Amino acid sequence: MSDEREHSDEGDTFSHYRRRFLKGLGTVGVATGVAAAAAPARAAWGGSTFQDAIGDFFQDHYQRMTPEEMKDALARIERKAKRKFGVDITCVDTPPIPGVVFGYALNISKCKGYRDCVHGCIRENNQGRDSQVQYIRVLQMDKGSMNLEKSEHYYDPATVPVEGKFYLPVQCMQCDNPPCVKACPVQATWKDPDGIVVIDYDWCIGCRFCMAACPYWARHFNWTEPQIPAKELNPVTNFIGNRPRPKGVVEKCHFCTQRTRKGRQPACMEACPTGARVFGNLLDPNSEIRHILENKTVFRLKEELGTEPKFWYYTDA
Amino acid sequence: MSFVHFVVDAVREMLRGSRAYWTWLGILAALFAFGALNYFGQLRDGLVVTGMSDQVSWGFYIANFAFLVGIAAAAVLLVIPAYIFHRKDVKSVVLLGEGMAVAAVIMAMLFVIVDIGRPDRAWHVIPFIGRFNFPSSLLAWDIVVLNGYLALNLLIPTYVHFSHYRGREPNLKLYFPVVVLAMFWAISIHTVTAFLFSSNSARPFWNVALLGPRFIASAFASGPALIILTLQVIRRVTDYPVSQSVIETLALIMAVAMQISLFFVGAEMFTDFYNDSRHAASMHYLFLGLDGFAGLRPWIWLAIALNLVAVAILSIHPLRRKALTLNIACVCGFVGIWLEKGMGLVIPGFIPTPLGEIFEYVPTAQEFSIAIGIWAFGFLLFTLLAKASIAIELGKVRASNAQRRDAMTSGPAVAAVAHPD
Repeated sequence: MSDEREHSDEGDTFSHYRRRFLKGLGTVGVATGVAAAAAPARAAWGGSTFQDAIGDFFQDHYQRMTPEEMKDALARIERKAKRKFGVDITCVDTPPIPGVVFGYALNISKCKGYRDCVHGCIRENNQGRDSQVQYIRVLQMDKGSMNLEKSEHYYDPATVPVEGKFYLPVQCMQCDNPPCVKACPVQATWKDPDGIVVIDYDWCIGCRFCMAACPYWARHFNWTEPQIPAKELNPVTNFIGNRPRPKGVVEKCHFCTQRTRKGRQPACMEACPTGARVFGNLLDPNSEIRHILENKTVFRLKEELGTEPKFWYYTDA
Repeated sequence: MSFVHFVVDAVREMLRGSRAYWTWLGILAALFAFGALNYFGQLRDGLVVTGMSDQVSWGFYIANFAFLVGIAAAAVLLVIPAYIFHRKDVKSVVLLGEGMAVAAVIMAMLFVIVDIGRPDRAWHVIPFIGRFNFPSSLLAWDIVVLNGYLALNLLIPTYVHFSHYRGREPNLKLYFPVVVLAMFWAISIHTVTAFLFSSNSARPFWNVALLGPRFIASAFASGPALIILTLQVIRRVTDYPVSQSVIETLALIMAVAMQISLFFVGAEMFTDFYNDSRHAASMHYLFLGLDGFAGLRPWIWLAIALNLVAVAILSIHPLRRKALTLNIACVCGFVGIWLEKGMGLVIPGFIPTPLGEIFEYVPTAQEFSIAIGIWAFGFLLFTLLAKASIAIELGKVRASNAQRRDAMTSGPAVAAVAHPD
């Protein structure tokens, strides 16, 4: 936590004035907050209070926030969720664990195309249900070919697996050389020290250049305000991961930072009934993922683009 | 002080005109209001009101943006003959060209603003206050070059007009370096816009080295087309003298640019279709259709046909010199390149997706309405700028003698630099 919140290397002067301004506003905000509590006209600020709307507007970049600012931002997120869904959620900041770089390996011999990973991910990561945002896309492929253009995205047979087909789940590859990070004009997306490419949903301007740049179609845009039934909302959230997103911003798989940075498995791995998924620390020589990389024949998608994905595929053969 | 008078007098001139002038302004203002109203709807509901999707994540807005940056860059085709080759006839209309560049750049910027999901966070791109990803992001480069180009194209005409307003000749030595900078800057805005697309290795359709040259060539065809049509309108509705030799020069430039542009399109088609590899899938979708999907096929062939008509007329001297056929060529070339470089370039980049999915895109009525609003705003802006410019250049709007004396005595710095050598 502490090491994450120290840096304010750029824009020092402006940040200073901005903070003083916000502090002053906070005092006014308390006053108006009291007034607003008396008056019922709350929806005027986009379903927020005046104070929260102002706080949101001036909220700094994730990497530049002071600990107090982060505390305020997290509290605002919790209040917003309460107002919107009527649910008490917790939102925390989860910095990366030192000495860890995460990687993923997927055994395509074991994948049967059930899409349990897709649905496990949606529930865990609070994706918009009506907008049908899905971080994982399972492709049904013809055996004997790796041609993605011949893949079936919306396969829906009575039972899977289908004879003569194999299944290729695709999600964010957490590239070591991510083209999306280069593309973003405002540094709203970046690669954290544990190798995960994350997004500050409150900093993204929604230009979607990252979506054009991504060779894996891993990034998704909130074309509308995401809707989630209150009882399906996962109340355990973090800032850089699965908290409810606003409309007009980009989101994608973040290897379940809210879980994996606390030593748990990502939701897709937990949901997979066939054990096709192996997640772990690439820097730990005794990890299962290192065993696979060292002993199996693995491949990565579109390696010729030089993006250096940290997501490998392998087979039992 | 006299600069304030200059601005006030210029604005006063913009608001003075015949009934026809006011009708024209009224129509444009109404269309702009119509677009703005639709934009508020988009702000409320989100970009879901457009035809865009995760599959085709840029559409009509970005298509118009790419095209309009080209129109803005084409002003350089008046600047070069006016200042490098000292063509007096071209110099008399160069200020109008720069006004068109201003209107086009602002339209291009508006098309980006309506495309972004969170315009309320636009301040995040301001260096130091926000977090500007320069030089990594090509979009950051585009923000720099477009704003710089806008500034240059405001600065030069303002200085020249201000000098003429006070009855002086502008000091060429003083602003020539800025003019040279603006020439290179014009090329840079369209090159950077092309790089915005060609930098994406994820999108083989855009990821070609020819895209930059192609953008420049097509801009140097579509830009003169619009300038030629506009100058003829100005010649008809105002007393401003527009020499026929200017139109002939522009028509010749347009002929050559159109030929090169079509050659580039052909070169791209050959490279993709000869082997018909997987990298050619988008090209295949555009021209022939893919797996039964062919939404853009009629439009791209229409674009090719229009461009061929234009290039044929422009390449045959008697036809190019006749007003009627030249105007047909200009309309065909303008619309043809708008289709080819707009929708024909932006949309196929997304089809199929990097995961091989084919998902088509059709703009919605609301997208069209917002786009019409922006175009109307651009025409409105150009009309106002041209109105003031013409009046100043014709000597109808001049500083009074008292003001001029005032400027001489109280503003020695301004007077000194503005004095002809």
